Amino acid sequence: MRSALLLLLLASPAAASPPGASSCSGCHGAPGGAVPSLAGQSAEDIAASLTAFRTGARPATVMTRIAKGFSDEESRAIAEWIAGGGQ
Amino acid sequence: MTTIVRRAVLAGLAAAALPRPALAQGAHGRVVVVGGGFGGATAARVLHRAGVAVTLVEPAETYWACPFSNEVIAGLRPLSAQAFGYDGLRASGVIVARTKAAAIDGAAGRVRLADGSTLDYDRLILSPGIALRFDALPGYDAAAAERMPHAWKAGAQTDLLARQLAAMPDNGTVVLSVPANPYRCPPGPYERASLIAYFLKTRKPRAKLIVLDAKDTFSKQKLFEQAWKALYPGILDYVPLASGGQVTAVDPGAMTVATDFETYKADVACIIPPQRAAPIAAAAGVADRSGWCPIDPVTFESRLVPRIHVVGDAAIAGAMPKSAFAANAQAKVCAEAVIDLLAGRVPEPPKLINTCYSLVAPGYGISVAGVYRPDKGVLADVEGAGGTSPVDSPDTVRRQEAAYAEDWYRTITHAVFG
Ligand SMILES: Cc1cc2nc3c(=O)[nH]c(=O)nc-3n(C[C@H](O)[C@H](O)[C@H](O)COP(=O)(O)OP(=O)(O)OC[C@H]3O[C@@H](n4cnc5c(N)ncnc54)[C@H](O)[C@@H]3O)c2cc1C
Repeated sequence: MRSALLLLLLASPAAASPPGASSCSGCHGAPGGAVPSLAGQSAEDIAASLTAFRTGARPATVMTRIAKGFSDEESRAIAEWIAGGGQ
Repeated sequence: MTTIVRRAVLAGLAAAALPRPALAQGAHGRVVVVGGGFGGATAARVLHRAGVAVTLVEPAETYWACPFSNEVIAGLRPLSAQAFGYDGLRASGVIVARTKAAAIDGAAGRVRLADGSTLDYDRLILSPGIALRFDALPGYDAAAAERMPHAWKAGAQTDLLARQLAAMPDNGTVVLSVPANPYRCPPGPYERASLIAYFLKTRKPRAKLIVLDAKDTFSKQKLFEQAWKALYPGILDYVPLASGGQVTAVDPGAMTVATDFETYKADVACIIPPQRAAPIAAAAGVADRSGWCPIDPVTFESRLVPRIHVVGDAAIAGAMPKSAFAANAQAKVCAEAVIDLLAGRVPEPPKLINTCYSLVAPGYGISVAGVYRPDKGVLADVEGAGGTSPVDSPDTVRRQEAAYAEDWYRTITHAVFG
């Protein structure tokens, strides 16, 4: 089990974040600021927010413009990476 | 692999010997990062966190951040709010060599430092920022900048311009000159114009500001022009290229700024000259005839010298503007690509984001955002995404974007410098 996990770790592109994901921490940082922190949010929540920003269902000043640059699949990958502790 | 001569960084050796986290597996090799600004400090952090042996080369002990420096010029915040050091990076284990990169031998993979020592690398990341072109505008050189500050590198120049504004006569004239593209921070000159106008309106209402621009169109133009009309009528006079806005010469002795049409007498003159990548880029052979550095949009590897990567203002990043946000985003993508390359993996095509805020008055912010991806060898806009704040936004949105701007600055400087 453990060696299988290690193999998986070694084989997977350890450094790579999904496209766009590493840019998010440019704005989303510590809790308590004007820009909401993503810490502790689930992948489902983050992905749903991105979709809502993209469709305009959730109004925003900046995220509506950014979310339009990502497909559903990309948004989900970003959400999972961030929820998994990526920064 | 050749051995590293580390006279300059001996103090860091102990830290380098600490065990690395699991991510270090597969990533072998030595990386040198030149320049401890928004791009370089970010790259060093990401590489170190992944367990790569990285040395950050930066001569200054204090980094003076440009974002929000226009607020300092307008007397809205202290210069000390722009100062950051490298103790945070050191504390997290990054080796900081406090010296300048003097020469780079791309074929040998070696950086010669100003103190005479050398660092060998498998991959080099350059984020050296800009040089002001003191050869590009007749009359404007380093000495002239002491009388007519550019304040386009923050620190002493920021302070000088702020003091000149505070000391000028009540009915004085400020002249601000803006260069043609490309230059650091496309909306920066217009934010500066706005905040100087705010300063005049509130502190010296009989004074005026003339903005001389070598362009006819600029970033967030509609938003700036709308705000100027509403907030600064009779104070801010904008002269575009088509109306003779291009500055052709300056005379710091007479304090005059000349265009082909007119010569303006200034009490305070802020001259933002044309720019290029910092000298180390040309010395490394990674700058082309434009003065900037062509790169591969997936890895940020130089098109001219293999194993050297360039991020931030020095790079030709296609549709991405020269901003701190962009430098930070590029550094992360580049560092990940370097980790992949060292481990023999092929980096995936990235996407990058940029967001730039400008304040036109306290509590009145506007923004531009973009999403970018490699396309036909350059970084291109993802169509349908990005753009500026709506022109018809209510005051609440302007206030919100001003708050976002403050928060962005706090977040990014903390993430980069600790
Ligand atoms: C007035 C103004 C306002 C701005 N506002 C914003 C804003 O609101 N938002 C935003 O995103 N951006 C803004 N910017 C732009 C931002 O400052 C730059 O885009 C950003 O600093 C670029 O980062 P960099 O790493 O490329 O270069 P820099 O931050 O300039 O860092 C370069 C570093 O390299 C070092 N260096 C140079 N040569 C060598 C060498 N030979 N050896 C070792 N070290 C070397 C320098 O000492 C420096 O520390 C603004 C700029 C200005 C002028």
